[in-house]
Amino acid sequence: MENCEALIIGGSAGSLDVLLRVLPAIKPDIRFPVIIVIHRKHGADSLLPELLSGRTRMEVKEVEEKEEIVPGTVYVAPSDYHLLVELNRTFSLDYSEKVNYSRPAIDVTFQTAAEVYKKKLVCLLLSGSNSDGVNGLQTVKEWGGMAVIQNPDTAQVAFMPQQAKQHVKIDRILNIEDMAEFINLLS
Amino acid sequence: MELPLISDEQVEILLSDLLEHYGYDFTGYSKASLKRRVIRLYSLDKIPGFAEFRYKIINDNVYFKRFVEQITVNVTEMFRDPVFFKTLRDVVLPRLGTYPFIRIWLAGCSTGEEAYSIAILLKELNLLHKSLIYATDLNPSVLEKAGQGMFQLSYMKQYSENYILSGGKNDFSSYYTAKYSLAKFDDELRSKMIFSTHNLVSDHSFNEFQLILCRNVLIYFDRDLQHKVLELFDDSLEDLGYLALGTKETIDFSRISRKYKRLQSEKIWRKTN
Repeated sequence: MENCEALIIGGSAGSLDVLLRVLPAIKPDIRFPVIIVIHRKHGADSLLPELLSGRTRMEVKEVEEKEEIVPGTVYVAPSDYHLLVELNRTFSLDYSEKVNYSRPAIDVTFQTAAEVYKKKLVCLLLSGSNSDGVNGLQTVKEWGGMAVIQNPDTAQVAFMPQQAKQHVKIDRILNIEDMAEFINLLS
Repeated sequence: MELPLISDEQVEILLSDLLEHYGYDFTGYSKASLKRRVIRLYSLDKIPGFAEFRYKIINDNVYFKRFVEQITVNVTEMFRDPVFFKTLRDVVLPRLGTYPFIRIWLAGCSTGEEAYSIAILLKELNLLHKSLIYATDLNPSVLEKAGQGMFQLSYMKQYSENYILSGGKNDFSSYYTAKYSLAKFDDELRSKMIFSTHNLVSDHSFNEFQLILCRNVLIYFDRDLQHKVLELFDDSLEDLGYLALGTKETIDFSRISRKYKRLQSEKIWRKTN
């Protein structure tokens, strides 16, 4: 893919370790935003952005509603809200029903972003124990975007990427050590 | 899954129908969220086509009500964000307690869980007798539910945990009686609430308050509408009164912000005179 306009990384159980390994190797001058939607417990709010910002020179921030999406920034979905991408490339938050028992749901972010970025969207689904993100990847494909998953064999919990592999025509299956290079080449 | 059942243009058509036929203005709502809600309802009700959907909304008053109720988000809980309620309990309400009478506006109250939470705080602070909670929402049906003061018994465990985390010292179950699968909250709490429809988009200020709470409503509005609604709150708030918003909401971008001072780390602002 050329001219990637957004990378969204979704994950659940076992995905944080992957992020902590991959993030330091992503070049800080990439020309697209990295949007992270990870299932986590409500209340542990500011910890995740803090944890991630120790691993990169890019700015890492928890999303504020109506915030403009800026390339080269790492955005983390706040806990207990769905994260949506608007046509005018701002974020909005939504406290509606959980999807796949999750809020934020990876599906919601993948799906709303799919329509906005179309062919210039890359979505990466990591380790996890439920099937959140699978429908979202399908929508991303329908709009011409790229669906990428962590190699289930390398995932602490293989279920989520495995489900995606079964139901969606995946473009790339990546081992953890190949992820950063893949991401750097999107720029 | 196939490509979206309803396009952005079709959403716009529905919104202008609502405005034209019912006077409900959703044009200032955040589009991505609204569209998701519309598509969700469309699939849920298995509507065969867009034309039929549109026809039903315009001509079937009962379905129109369902439509409005379903495209707006009515998810809420008691003592959600316990730390926020702890600040109300420890800081805000005691200061308001020095007034002879306390008027509180809960805007976008949905099914009433927050109204009952606030009433419980007021009661424990011995302020309930001189307080009134005006709880408003644009949906008449959620207000009806709120007025009954009955919530799922199965939620009480979670609500009780929230209550304790918010600094509650009593036995939470002393505030309700179990009736089959429902928990019916004390009439004493209900007696200090006034439920009424109010649309933040189109209705005006209707009183002056010392505390306005509007949590997780502004997130559904675009910036222009947020500006407008914050001005409505400013017009409705007495000097030295408090404005409380949701965890991820702010007044920082707004023209009213220069008159307000934020309280600690919570999303609570005090109007300065």
